[in-house]
Amino acid sequence: MARDPVLTFTDRGIYCAAGDFYIDPWRPVDRALITHGHADHARGGMGGYLATHVALPVMRYRLGEITADGIGFGEVRQIRDASVSFHPAGHVPGSAQIRVEVAGEVWVVSGDYKVTNDGLSEAFEPVNCHHFITESTFGLPVFRWQPQATVAAEINAWWAACKAAGKTAFLGAYALGKAQRLLTMLDPEIGPILCHSAVENTNDVLRGQGLHLPDTVRADAEVSPRDHPGALVLSPPSALGSKWARKFGAQESAFASGWMALRGVRRRRAGDRGFVISDHADWNGLLWAIRETGAENIYVTHGYTDIFTRYLNDNGWRARIVPTQFEGESLDAGDAA
Amino acid sequence: MKRFAALFAAIDQSTKTTVKVAALADYFSDADPVDKLWTVALFSGRRPKRAVTTNRLREWAAEVAGIPLWLFEESYAIVGDLAETIALVLPPNASVDDRPLSQWIKDLRSLAQEDEAARKAFVLEAWQRLGGTERFLFNKLITGGFRVGVSQKLMTRALSRATGKPEAELAHRLMGNWHPDDTSWHNLIEAEDASADASRPYPFYLAYALEEGPDSLGHPQEWRAEWKWDGIRGQLILRDGDYYVWSRGEELMTDRFPELARAIDHLPPGTVLDGELLVWQPGAAQPDSFNALQARIGRKMVPKKLLKEAPVLLHAYDLLEWEGKDQRERPFAERRAQLEEACKDLGPEAPVRLSPQHPFDTWDSLADLRATARDENAEGLMLKRADSPYLAGRKKGDWWKWKLDPLTIDAVMIYAQSGSGRRANLFTDFTFAVWNGNDLVPFTKAYSGLTDAEFRKITHWVKRNTLQRFGPVRQVTPHHVFEIAFEGIQASSRHKSGVALRFPRMKRWREDKPLQEANTLDDLKEMLRLYG
Ligand SMILES: [Zn+2]
Ligand SMILES: [Zn+2]
Repeated sequence: MARDPVLTFTDRGIYCAAGDFYIDPWRPVDRALITHGHADHARGGMGGYLATHVALPVMRYRLGEITADGIGFGEVRQIRDASVSFHPAGHVPGSAQIRVEVAGEVWVVSGDYKVTNDGLSEAFEPVNCHHFITESTFGLPVFRWQPQATVAAEINAWWAACKAAGKTAFLGAYALGKAQRLLTMLDPEIGPILCHSAVENTNDVLRGQGLHLPDTVRADAEVSPRDHPGALVLSPPSALGSKWARKFGAQESAFASGWMALRGVRRRRAGDRGFVISDHADWNGLLWAIRETGAENIYVTHGYTDIFTRYLNDNGWRARIVPTQFEGESLDAGDAA
Repeated sequence: MKRFAALFAAIDQSTKTTVKVAALADYFSDADPVDKLWTVALFSGRRPKRAVTTNRLREWAAEVAGIPLWLFEESYAIVGDLAETIALVLPPNASVDDRPLSQWIKDLRSLAQEDEAARKAFVLEAWQRLGGTERFLFNKLITGGFRVGVSQKLMTRALSRATGKPEAELAHRLMGNWHPDDTSWHNLIEAEDASADASRPYPFYLAYALEEGPDSLGHPQEWRAEWKWDGIRGQLILRDGDYYVWSRGEELMTDRFPELARAIDHLPPGTVLDGELLVWQPGAAQPDSFNALQARIGRKMVPKKLLKEAPVLLHAYDLLEWEGKDQRERPFAERRAQLEEACKDLGPEAPVRLSPQHPFDTWDSLADLRATARDENAEGLMLKRADSPYLAGRKKGDWWKWKLDPLTIDAVMIYAQSGSGRRANLFTDFTFAVWNGNDLVPFTKAYSGLTDAEFRKITHWVKRNTLQRFGPVRQVTPHHVFEIAFEGIQASSRHKSGVALRFPRMKRWREDKPLQEANTLDDLKEMLRLYG
């Protein structure tokens, strides 16, 4: 007799019947397992949440009062007939792939992931499984990331050049994840690092849970640009060029995103500079991760789904597109990523 | 290539004109003269003779990248630029190379004598030795089409700064069909007596659109009005017993318009006319629509039959050279008088006609005239200041185009496709439909007119409201109504709706308008009857 699949794709989200829970649901449900705190994965209104201990503080900060339970990486929890564990996804601090096993059949929901170790997030660990649910934000062979140190050198050289020209360097990045990763890449010898309040609030939460980040200055309405010559300001993309930013006088703005790999997008969106760096896997990263799982069945969610799925099918996997409401690395939205 | 790549990166990265001009002026001051000459050539659309076909390039790139060709093509469709796609899919370069730009071009040119195996070996080797921007530029040397946001205006400004010569003179020097193969930096830019070749055109003077109406222009007596024709702008040069036709995009189109050769019999050598190329049937009161002209533009060599079906005339509206002398400094009224004199005796068999001026006393009476433009197959009116010289490029003040308001129709979005290049991550190409009973009949595509914020918003919506996918195309829930603006409408048997629109674009997103209130196929047919 054919068994029901361990996970099914419903209009509320990814559902596990054996455990009666959802993973990253987009409509209110009783029990939600959350891969990470980005807005397209962790939404309000769930009866109860389960996420990693590292991911929870940001979720609480963003969602307000929630009923939530923490779990350690690798710790196995039985939920009815399903056995569940969380494994590092390398996307942002605390981000997890969720492994679900029912009667010997293993499914893994990867949420968002990247396979390079950024030195801040828990490094991605491939998890053996039969069924793997993968994103495909950058699932095209034109996306190939440079080593983090190379990008760091580019950013620091740009910052130093801005400083030499008497300009403030504005770097646009998402408040959760990308901003903190960039912080660890910056060379504080060059000058002071300022953070827009939206970024600094997230910094405070992460520092509060013991993450080590370099010293920063909160750049709120009261900050006096004159007190911080040669500064680099980390800001959400939406604040670049705003009234708040303009009071810093002479400035250059740059944007850090995987999309900056495309010249057209860079020219449309980047201000003065675009740096190619992403918290999602590039083409080779996606393929490596999929191979490492040993899974034969691949479900492709947000991104270049049709092209990526076709490639997988041509190369021996059983792949299909799964519509979800997850978003890839958006160039524009506030913090969904 | 390194110096050239650094220049390119500096220009490409910045949106600031001052930064671009400074980078170019630096380069033009002290780079190698052959490199400089090629840089000017490449940035103005000239390129070395193609040594390798783009088909081979695609195959080799896919092979080296270890991906199937279909995947390469899909990537290309999204990136939107072949040279860039190739540069991105290839593995990182293994070594480096110090050859300057002009040496690379020389090496590429010598490939013409080689067999395919040698060409492939050369290209693959180059891909291994060049990374990042250098690799992209190497590919561009083969594929052509450097779009760097360096207008002719910026380039002449930078050249002027580097050489001390006036911008207008440099702009003229850069016109025409020179090629780095048969000139030098010295001859093109520096030589005192640049013996211009007979085909060299003058830079076109371009008009700005008049958005608010002419009241702000001052007294009507200072202005002259003509139809703004719906053809293509052309410069007809008669010199040394030959004729040359240039498009506004600086393309030499002489062979496409053989009937203009007869102008030699009607006008003296040393004459250069600025005017509009139009398909005009013998004895007709007005030109054919732009569609008829399009058939002609598309053909490099014109078959006899087409020549007869779609005869082209130049409607002249300005005189740039007369008796071998540059007329551009003279006031427009004087140039016009001279032009009328020159055209006085042109018979009906001459391929040149004087484009009429329309006298007017008040702006209101001119507005009434403008309202009839569609009856004349014109797009509106051109307003030119009587005492203005003929300037180079787009300069505000003396020439205005006062176009008719576009036709508009409210339509329902039914398909969406993602953009490429600048908008690779957004849905930007939409198909629109009108009601026919309870059915929605697609009638046009449009992909411009929305702000980035609107494109982001609709992209978000498309992702959530996809009914079906056909490759890259998504059928979406009929829900959103857009006001589509267009310049003309034509019967078309190739379209399901029976009509084809000219320059359709999204004028407004009618979020206020319910689906049922979009226009109908009957409305569209009525527009065809009125304006087709
Ligand atoms: Zn995310
Ligand atoms: Zn996401």
